[in-house]
Amino acid sequence: MATIEVGGKSIAVDEEGYLENRADWTMEIGEAMAKLDDCELTDNHMEVINFLREYYEEYQIAPAVRVLTKAIGKKLGPDKGNSKYLYELFPYGPAKQACKYAGLPKPTGCV
Amino acid sequence: MEEAGETKKIMYVNRKAPYGTIYALEALEVVLIGAAFEQDVYMMFLDDGVFQLKKEQDTKALGVKNFSPTYRALEMYDVEKIYVEKESMEVRGLTADDLIIPVEVKSNEEVTKMMTEMDVLLNF
Amino acid sequence: MLHTVNKSPFDRNSLERCMRTCDKGSAILLIEDGVYGGIKGSVIEDKVKGAMKDVKIYALEADLDSRGIKGRVIDGIQLVDYNGFVDLTVEYDKVQSWL
Repeated sequence: MATIEVGGKSIAVDEEGYLENRADWTMEIGEAMAKLDDCELTDNHMEVINFLREYYEEYQIAPAVRVLTKAIGKKLGPDKGNSKYLYELFPYGPAKQACKYAGLPKPTGCV
Repeated sequence: MEEAGETKKIMYVNRKAPYGTIYALEALEVVLIGAAFEQDVYMMFLDDGVFQLKKEQDTKALGVKNFSPTYRALEMYDVEKIYVEKESMEVRGLTADDLIIPVEVKSNEEVTKMMTEMDVLLNF
Repeated sequence: MLHTVNKSPFDRNSLERCMRTCDKGSAILLIEDGVYGGIKGSVIEDKVKGAMKDVKIYALEADLDSRGIKGRVIDGIQLVDYNGFVDLTVEYDKVQSWL
């Protein structure tokens, strides 16, 4: 099984780098995953990651990017609830990449 | 040939209880994925399918995922036409208050009529 | 004899067949989708209550919980956990699993 090394511990991930056990998640793990993609997490990244974690807690699902964009707009305003802003933060695809750092499974319907 | 971008009326017919078989979860995933195609989606819950929407599901002891909260996300996927059959509810001692999301209750006769108006029917 | 029923009574006739056929003094344990047979206010409630004059009826708690119906069980049906399930299989000489 694939793992990621964080703070001297090996954390299990799947073949695409998504966390195997959602309960394992810490901010440090999210940061370590981002580093592998040459991405430095800022407060703006964190805002989206925390939003996704709350969304998952409530609905037990990682939202599709269309739904994520709309929901972010509702919660954080239109200057953040648009694809341009979200793709700048997460160039590999906001739902896919942010879900990974948030320790969530890949969004339903993502290939 | 169909005109590109034509919107079809699609009904997902859900007739299975949630955890005994995989049908309910599969249907829910198909609906969520299919929502990206922006079709005119109808979800119909018949027979034991109405149990999928029962409130207060708690799967901790069973050790499987409780997917009932996901039905509450359907609205955000623009899936808003959700129906349960009145007779199926009565047979099982359920009322609309027992369900996790607001639904429209339809009689068997109304269900028949709705089905005849669909372009595609997918059963789970 | 201990009888287990794991199908919804609204989908299959296993529970009704079991109740019609089981011996006096037997026990019926509702598991998986079989626990829907224990729900109050359904069309088979009266049949289940009738059967309870001759047999004990149990339902597995984890299956009731997951389906959101623990608060809706017919009075007189006893809830058991997995240990209780094991105890029942020991208490009765034979087990018949209706499918």
